[in-house]
Amino acid sequence: MSKVIVVTSGKGGVGKTTSTASLGAALAQSGKRVCVVDFDVGLRNLDLVMGAERRVVFDFINVAQGDAKLAQALIRDKRIDTLHLLAASQTRDKDALTYEGVERVIGELRSSFDFVLCDSPAGIERGALLAMRHADQAIVVANPEVSSVRDSDRIIGLLDSKTLRAERGETMEKQLLLTRFDPVRSSSGEMLSIEDVLEILSIPLLGVIPESKEILRASNTGAPVTINASATRAGLAYLEAARRLGGESAAPVTIPDEKKTFFTRLFGRRAA
Amino acid sequence: MNLLRFLKPRATAPVARERLQILLAHERASLGERDLVAILRDELLATIARHIEFDPDKLSVKMERADSVSMLEIDVEIPADKFTARTRATAA
Repeated sequence: MSKVIVVTSGKGGVGKTTSTASLGAALAQSGKRVCVVDFDVGLRNLDLVMGAERRVVFDFINVAQGDAKLAQALIRDKRIDTLHLLAASQTRDKDALTYEGVERVIGELRSSFDFVLCDSPAGIERGALLAMRHADQAIVVANPEVSSVRDSDRIIGLLDSKTLRAERGETMEKQLLLTRFDPVRSSSGEMLSIEDVLEILSIPLLGVIPESKEILRASNTGAPVTINASATRAGLAYLEAARRLGGESAAPVTIPDEKKTFFTRLFGRRAA
Repeated sequence: MNLLRFLKPRATAPVARERLQILLAHERASLGERDLVAILRDELLATIARHIEFDPDKLSVKMERADSVSMLEIDVEIPADKFTARTRATAA
């Protein structure tokens, strides 16, 4: 059965695109057929983070407007056979994506993939609403920081009111992916704790991704951490979140701990 | 004590948490209220339209919040000729 999942946050820069790429790659590695879809019209970046920026010929809008077939626009990942990308358009026309067009493309994607991950643009405008519209479930990406948590709360409200599921009176499953978490700063009271954020947002936890140098290294080279750096802490955290997303793991979320960070700081930067 | 004094000014997370809790309680209440008004409006429209023919734009639903009491104001304008004897009898 095909699942459409929106990766959303409200606030920009919290890690939606990185998380979409990392989770998509991890799910595809486990044999699932995965398509990651960039909804950020005019500011596409998922292609860059996935290392496919030079292979975009047709994009989402070309398909939505009927100028290209879906098969022509899908970019198959060179590292993982079951991973595909549908890039956003770089057009400046924000209204180029229509409700009807998106509905048709998502319908087609459902029939060929196990997972369709929709990378939402920041904000609460049309693009963000379109990205969440057809979702069966949502990943809310947040940083342990006041403005991100506030915006996530707003997005949760929209997920519960502006999506097809909500309009049909069905519940929208929402999970929190806490990114850029620093266990040292959190335990010293400098940063909101995981419990604080969970209590405030009151949605279940999908995973905690520690602040990591690997993330920048991954986007620099266009290789998601779950592909090239899967043994690092960030890579492992994303792999674990992907297993939970795929329904393969009911184990408690691994919380990055302080000791490990201290240890790696002292002895092994390479291991971090 | 020295350790406490050293730690205390750095522990700003509890402040963040408290500010968020207060802010979001407020924001959720105000956003939720707008939704409640929309729901009430839709249901009132359906109910009234079952008995009286009227212009949906002439229905106004407002929620006003004060410290001790909240006021729900429902205003329906009905043309005199639509208000038949039958509906008057049912209303009474």
